[in-house]
Amino acid sequence: MANMRVALFITCFNDTLFPETGRATVGVLERLGHEVVFPEAQTCCGQMHFNTGYQREAIPLVRRFVEIFEPYDAVVAPSGSCVGMVRDLYPMAADLAEDDDLARRIEDLAPKVFELSEFLVKRLGVTDVGAYYPHRVTYHPTCHSLRMLKVGEAPLELLRNVRGMDLVELGEAEQCCGFGGTFAVKNAETSAAMLGDKIRRVLDTEAEVCAAGDNSCLMHIGGGLRRLQAGVDTVHLAEILHSTEER
Amino acid sequence: MATAKETILWRVRRATRDVPEGERPEDVRVERGYRKEGDGARDDIVARFAEHVAEYEATVHRVAEDGLPARIAQILQKRGLEILVVPPLLPEAWIPEGVEVLRDAAGPRLTNEELDEAGGVLTGCALGIAQTGTIVLDAGPGQGRRALTLLPDYHLCVVREEQVVDLVPEAFAKLEETVRGEGRAVTFISGPSATSDIELNRVEGVHGPRALEVLIVG
Amino acid sequence: MTPKTKPPDAFSPGQTPTFEVSARESLRDAQLRRNLGKATQTIRRKRTVAVEEMPDWEELREAGRALKERTLRHLDKYLLQLEESVTRAGGVVHWARDADEANRIIAGIAREKGAEEVVKVKSIATDETKLNEHLEAQGIHAFETDLAELIIQLAGENSSHILVPAIHKNRAEIRELFLRELDVEELSDEPKDLTNAARLYLRKKFLGAKVGISGANFAVAETGTVSVVESEGNGRMCTTLPPVLVTLMGIEKIIPAWRDFEIFMQLLPRSSTAERMNPYTSFWTGVSGEAGDGPQEFHLVLLDNGRTDVLADEIGRQTLNCIRCSACLNVCPVYERTGGHAYNSVYPGPIGAILTPQLVGIGKPGSDSLPYASSLCGACYQVCPVKINIPEVLVHLRGKVVRHKQDKGTLRQKLDPENAAMQAMARTFSDPKLYERAQRLARVGQLPFARGGRITSLPGRLAGWTAVRDLKPIPEQSFREWWKEERG
Repeated sequence: MANMRVALFITCFNDTLFPETGRATVGVLERLGHEVVFPEAQTCCGQMHFNTGYQREAIPLVRRFVEIFEPYDAVVAPSGSCVGMVRDLYPMAADLAEDDDLARRIEDLAPKVFELSEFLVKRLGVTDVGAYYPHRVTYHPTCHSLRMLKVGEAPLELLRNVRGMDLVELGEAEQCCGFGGTFAVKNAETSAAMLGDKIRRVLDTEAEVCAAGDNSCLMHIGGGLRRLQAGVDTVHLAEILHSTEER
Repeated sequence: MATAKETILWRVRRATRDVPEGERPEDVRVERGYRKEGDGARDDIVARFAEHVAEYEATVHRVAEDGLPARIAQILQKRGLEILVVPPLLPEAWIPEGVEVLRDAAGPRLTNEELDEAGGVLTGCALGIAQTGTIVLDAGPGQGRRALTLLPDYHLCVVREEQVVDLVPEAFAKLEETVRGEGRAVTFISGPSATSDIELNRVEGVHGPRALEVLIVG
Repeated sequence: MTPKTKPPDAFSPGQTPTFEVSARESLRDAQLRRNLGKATQTIRRKRTVAVEEMPDWEELREAGRALKERTLRHLDKYLLQLEESVTRAGGVVHWARDADEANRIIAGIAREKGAEEVVKVKSIATDETKLNEHLEAQGIHAFETDLAELIIQLAGENSSHILVPAIHKNRAEIRELFLRELDVEELSDEPKDLTNAARLYLRKKFLGAKVGISGANFAVAETGTVSVVESEGNGRMCTTLPPVLVTLMGIEKIIPAWRDFEIFMQLLPRSSTAERMNPYTSFWTGVSGEAGDGPQEFHLVLLDNGRTDVLADEIGRQTLNCIRCSACLNVCPVYERTGGHAYNSVYPGPIGAILTPQLVGIGKPGSDSLPYASSLCGACYQVCPVKINIPEVLVHLRGKVVRHKQDKGTLRQKLDPENAAMQAMARTFSDPKLYERAQRLARVGQLPFARGGRITSLPGRLAGWTAVRDLKPIPEQSFREWWKEERG
């Protein structure tokens, strides 16, 4: 695979709360020899607004995103959820805006927007990024990477090639952790009930680290684990892949 | 004032205004990429039918044509059945001696109470489906009307090997003529009546016959 | 048996509580949580096995979806064709614009036959129209004959699952109920004994009933054939034994041709009970006349009751594909925890969360809360045998709910703090300068809440988050600040 110029779609959530995930994403892509650019005009893809029902309010954000990212051949984000928004729900936003031109531009852009693990495995054909991570890790496949993007085994293939790592399977892994964006606030009790079961499964694995491809889900799972003083960390997939023996 | 029919049709047409004027139903593509016919060998199909019927907790026997009457008699005797309901046009040779036979006929039909009190019913069938272990009745000869196989607590059904089709679509294809022509009622039976309404535990035998026994002949 | 009044739901007059409020109650019920967890996990595992056995499952799903699309796009033609076929086969077709009209038609037929009791096979459409209550008011008692329906009828409760309405009750609870209501002296809590008690109780009713009432799983436009898919044999009893049969069906239940059963009769059993085939399916075409097979009189009531409104919404329309299999309930992580009652509708679970608000109309607080009763995890869409994109419709309906509040809502709804916050954030996100300033402000704003590297308590609407989870404080440096510093 020839070296590529990749636009990083950091997502507002990672930008503000999890900058280390962004730095790791840049690091992994550069280690593989690709050029990473960061279009600084980017803000938010509009997912929170759109999924909460504030869809008219999301339309300007959709337009901005398309304008900012359409010049690039590949757009990569360390978030299955935000990529899912672009690929699955942007067409609905264009419909709502009754904007055929926007719809066409989304159709062109959407296939070029990737979640990190699918970009590495499916687009670049890389399953070993030369990472080293000497910990016991369990992996939670987040709903949007699993069912919207259908990344399948891609994250697990990457993790299996990480040296020094003890990867343990999570029970009922495919069940939602209960985050769901504003769901976690609007239906806080139900969300907590789902979280309780996810935490039980995580603790069953006796892992030190619970990994995933979305920091939103990890913030929710990790917030619960920390409240319980469970002694289990949550780490984004990108950070594991970025970790080497040297650092 | 508009009738309910007129109003509903008007609402439907208004709701589907997005459908282009000239579009016909067949213009909406239906890709039927699923299996229509099995390609298994005859023996495998019959064996699969027997296996799948048995998985529903029905009792399955296989018997050669010439041994059928004796086998029917033996099965009914073992069950201790006293009153047997028999539909019109059931082969006479199948009906054993030594049980009281209640014949349903066009003239004096058996009452529901008589059927309720009878211990069992003996019928043939229209088809068997191997894929699902289903017996199909179509109220044809040797099967009778629906109540006959519903009220008695025990159903003994004779299925000929050549009546067994492999896949579900084959069954609907074969039944098409009966339904379009005479409009006879069709009943699919897959094992004895059952419920899973209590804690999703399967219990065989609710309102229909609590026991189903199947004789595969060939 | 004394008639009991069921609690009101989205289809009753008046208001229902929101999902959040009702869910709180269900979540606290440890017995319910255990019953539901056990039941849904069992059925999920079984469904996977039943589906994996089918190499052409995806082709069947696609054919089922496409056929429903064809039917819905040309529903007027198919309805007229169905009416003609049923009439030709000796049946009588009635049209009902709404619940009340359907109930009046059915009660009229029962009264004309002098029936004081009718036997019913499980029909959610009649639950939607509140037929039993309507009949009761006219002195006609409807006996539910499906075991689970009987259980909840005796208990005076609402269904909590499309397929297994009493999924929330365990054997001990059912035993107590039967001892009290069915006039039996001794009864164990074995499902077999409980089932037998119901069999004995209902057998007399089947034999004596003058009128049977059913729903319909499918009706074939081409032949007029109607079908009921079931397990217990009560469906066969109700559609065969009484001299008069009345079937209530939603107008979306039509399929074009007899042969189309080859798709749906493969999709439905494996998706609903996880069986290769359900124990009994009845297909009848009008009345049999001289053959004396089944009822002498057959009435088919075609019900709109909001379905044409669903049809009119191009995204929502796919909701009418539903064949009521309940696979989406069994895989839903929300349903698994809250159960069906929290939805306050005869249609619970993910499908109920999209069907209910569309049928009753946007603008009612109870049903407007249903599209939010989902984490949008997508498990429902993955199993739906007719490929209803439930998450897509959920998101679409959330948009309708918000737009309704903004455009037609009360002043209080318009001044809702959520609305104000969302507007402010949308403005912030539309300008990188405002966005960067907001990032800095948030970092300062969190200071009063951050203690020892964690946030354990937030005020107002965000308190739900910190009730059970810590919140990670916003770090010193955002990604973009780092980028500018390192690469800028």
